[in-house]
Amino acid sequence: MLSLRLALKTLARDWKSGELLVLLFAILVAVAALAAVSFFTDRISQAVNLQASEALAADLSLQSTGPLQQDYSQAAQAAGLDIARVVSMASVVFAGEGSTLANVRALGNGYPLRGSLKIADGLLQAARITEAIPAPGEAWASTRLLARLGADVGASIEVGRASLKITQVLTYRPDRGMQFIDVAPSLLINEADLESTELIQPGSRVRYLMLFAGDRDQVKRFKVDLQEMLGDGERLRDIKDVGPQISSAMDRAQRFLNLSALVSVFLAAVAVAMAARRYVSRRLDTVALMKCLGAKQGLILRVSVIQLLLMSVIAGSLGVLLGYLAQAGLSFIVRDLIGNELPAPGWKPVFLGLATSVSVLTGFALPGFLQLGRTPPIRVLRHDMGPPPLRYSVSYGAAMASMLLVLWWVVGDAGLLIRIAFGSIIAMMILLGAGWLLVRMLGGIRGAAGVAWRYGLANISRRGRESAIQVVAFGLSLMVLLLLTVVRNDLMDLWRNSLPDNAANRFLINIQPDEVSGVDDFLVGRGLDRLEFVPIVRARMTAINQVPLRDREFAGGVARQRANRDANLSWASTLRSDNQIVTGNWWGDVVPETPEISVEQRYAENLQLEIGDILCFDVAGETLSAPITSFRTVEWDSFKPNFFIVFSPGVLEPYPATYISSFYAREGQNADILDLIRRYPSITVIDIDAIMSQVRGVMDKAALAVQSVFLFTLFAGLMVLLAAIQATRDQRLYEAAILRTLGAKRKQVLLGVATEFSVIGLLAGGLAASGASAAGWFLAESQFQLEYHFDPVLWLTGLISGMAIVGLTGIVATRSVLNHPPVSTLRQM
Amino acid sequence: MSKQVTSPEGSLTILDNVNLEVYSGESIAVVGVSGAGKTTLLAMLAGLDEPSAGQVWLNNTEITALDEDGRAVARAEHVGFVFQSFHLIPSLTALENVMLPLELIGSENADGEALAVMTKVGLLARKGHYPRHLSGGEKQRVAIARAFVTKPAVLFADEPTGNLDSKTGGLIIDLLFDLNKESGTTLVLVTHDISLAERCDRTIHIEFGRIVDPAAA
Repeated sequence: MLSLRLALKTLARDWKSGELLVLLFAILVAVAALAAVSFFTDRISQAVNLQASEALAADLSLQSTGPLQQDYSQAAQAAGLDIARVVSMASVVFAGEGSTLANVRALGNGYPLRGSLKIADGLLQAARITEAIPAPGEAWASTRLLARLGADVGASIEVGRASLKITQVLTYRPDRGMQFIDVAPSLLINEADLESTELIQPGSRVRYLMLFAGDRDQVKRFKVDLQEMLGDGERLRDIKDVGPQISSAMDRAQRFLNLSALVSVFLAAVAVAMAARRYVSRRLDTVALMKCLGAKQGLILRVSVIQLLLMSVIAGSLGVLLGYLAQAGLSFIVRDLIGNELPAPGWKPVFLGLATSVSVLTGFALPGFLQLGRTPPIRVLRHDMGPPPLRYSVSYGAAMASMLLVLWWVVGDAGLLIRIAFGSIIAMMILLGAGWLLVRMLGGIRGAAGVAWRYGLANISRRGRESAIQVVAFGLSLMVLLLLTVVRNDLMDLWRNSLPDNAANRFLINIQPDEVSGVDDFLVGRGLDRLEFVPIVRARMTAINQVPLRDREFAGGVARQRANRDANLSWASTLRSDNQIVTGNWWGDVVPETPEISVEQRYAENLQLEIGDILCFDVAGETLSAPITSFRTVEWDSFKPNFFIVFSPGVLEPYPATYISSFYAREGQNADILDLIRRYPSITVIDIDAIMSQVRGVMDKAALAVQSVFLFTLFAGLMVLLAAIQATRDQRLYEAAILRTLGAKRKQVLLGVATEFSVIGLLAGGLAASGASAAGWFLAESQFQLEYHFDPVLWLTGLISGMAIVGLTGIVATRSVLNHPPVSTLRQM
Repeated sequence: MSKQVTSPEGSLTILDNVNLEVYSGESIAVVGVSGAGKTTLLAMLAGLDEPSAGQVWLNNTEITALDEDGRAVARAEHVGFVFQSFHLIPSLTALENVMLPLELIGSENADGEALAVMTKVGLLARKGHYPRHLSGGEKQRVAIARAFVTKPAVLFADEPTGNLDSKTGGLIIDLLFDLNKESGTTLVLVTHDISLAERCDRTIHIEFGRIVDPAAA
């Protein structure tokens, strides 16, 4: 087949002569960068998920109020998953004179499947990680339990009819949960001792748990199968259900990682477009000759498509390989920081790399390649004749379509995708407009200085459109580089600052109304500020719009579980600062005459609630109903008491309520907290330091991933610069030859080049800084709900780095032009 | 036939009512100063460009009535070219450059036919070389081989010695005329070299886009 042979021949020849180098290298770098990012973020994301899995002590947790069917463990074993059993119940335990209610957990072998238990040899002693569980006859008691019992390691503890020996202090268990009801102090025992306790009696409240963990895809498949098999009273939880805090942090981490991946895609496309432009212009003569010799347009098109396809496959495969190697190196470098071995990456990045190669080449190079077919054969006689310029709608349309395709795969979020696409188009238009402005402006000032300056500025204004495109390209690369450095740091700082060091780290719950002032006085006496006590009323949702929950259609099992769960209701007259109304109206200071409800937005989405829906609750045996008048977003990671459902004042007050509060405990205040528990035994203190460090751990891992990814993006950005310089190489060769023939010194030509690129860099830097500021503001305000401030460092960095990077790269990349003997250049013209 | 183009200064007439007939087997030289319209005339005759008004017939086909692909087919079947700047495809060897026109018309023995013509132009030993490894004279001999390999009815040559020294140029012209004579091809030669024009059967003078001596046309 002639077209295949011609395509192969031309590719091979162009590769040997270096003609193809820039284009292939641009795609290679593009795919490698994206694949490396994707491989790495895939692994980091898995690591983050694994950490979140700790909160379940597993990837999946099946819970039931009755003994579980044996089928589940058999099915799990068949699916290749690890299994562990836990039986959990509330029971009063005794040690010496003390007694208190405890969450007794009988553990089976293998527990926990994710995360680790931490134990200490005695109260207030150093904790250590253990892989073991209590041996039969032994028990591990939490610090709070020991404090309530007034006991320590070595004491005997009576659990039901069994007497066990406390051998360790339990300081941490990964699945201690974030639900307020799950806070009775823990006592861990071996499942072999369960029978002898005789705690499981008809009517006793026992939770049977079966934990599963394993390969991500296996877990996913198993979850689907398991959901089909669930019986009454059985609930399945995965990491998404563990708690709003972790899921909020994970969302943000994922956004940062996606942002970095997107930047690579943008740069990749710019580099490919510029390199393809040059490649196409270099092939015009050959195509004109072939048409002159009788080649039809169809043949030229076939050759172009085959060439692009071959380049896609070759550069795509090599890029994926390079990306894999790069991420392996990266993972090796950060292995100590990550703490654990990173999980192996999945296959998605491989397909993503190949698809990106094909998609970017199709969108950014194919229109130009197809235009080759329209090269007039007269070009063999008149070199100034070329194909008609490509219609903007075609070239930009194809580019946009291919970008959207890749972005869709990377982001998977239509809203974010549209906003990013919109932002990019506006940025491109601004950059292009400014590029034109520069070209026009330069015409007026170029006579004012020496010959080198004039030559440099003349180069910019004479190349009109090309100069504007270069400014756009440089501006765009710089913008994303700035986004990833200065703006990213700004956002990270804002993000971290949203979790200040003195954020609440202890929750107090189950405070009786008559204990509120006593607890407040006690803590003020220990050096704390007065606390805010928020009322909480336990209730159960019974109906939505008069339709009983059991008859209502839910979007999924999770939604049904949420609705059926015991609800913690509260009331407030003013909206908390970490809450924001997104739909409807808050009742304000005036108490409404009829009850109203405000619902947290995600909770509402989950249950498919609408403004005006009437929620019906069973509160202490009485029925209470009210319409929803607003939806709120809640910053869960503020670690302040927040509620999914808040009533207007004057509704819940008559019902029995307990109070909840949070405060920041300094280091060394553990003794004060033990005193508090002794004085008010019914109050439960939740130590959220551990949860905080879990969240911070997620943040740190995300930050590290983005920083590492930045290296690839920087490299991709430099490729764009080189591709742009390469695109004007022929013109430069010619002009340098003419200038030197006319007697210009090498230094003068070099100064001209330096002027040209520095000025382009300066303008691109300015544009980049404004674009990055705008993007930073947009991301902060609308994506991360953070308040963004103007940063002068961003502008200084933009201008100086623009001038330096573009100027230096320009000089280095065009040096070979100056070293080319003028006579050989002129001979080739 | 006329050709006008628009420029910033307004409409520019490059060819003005040119009427020319070239007979089969004839060799004609088109001469004139730079910018007279010689090359444009050649482009029209070969179907590389379209006139603003008028018709061009090539080997009993009105090529001005064809679309771009139709003209490409006509060129592939009936026309050979030799250019001043050789115009060899740099990615193909000398032999492959000669084979290309045959492959474009679907010849099954492109290899053999190309080798035969390469032998005729005395470049068999250089068949595997790429254009950048050939001298100017060798490149033009490859171009001549490529032009004759499809046994075209008409050969268009645009300043074929313009980029060569006089000695090499003389050898190339000898080769061109020898092959032309041997194959009975019609030759349209654009040149401003009067001595070269004199070797043709007829000479057409062009000035400001017009044939100066219409009787010769």
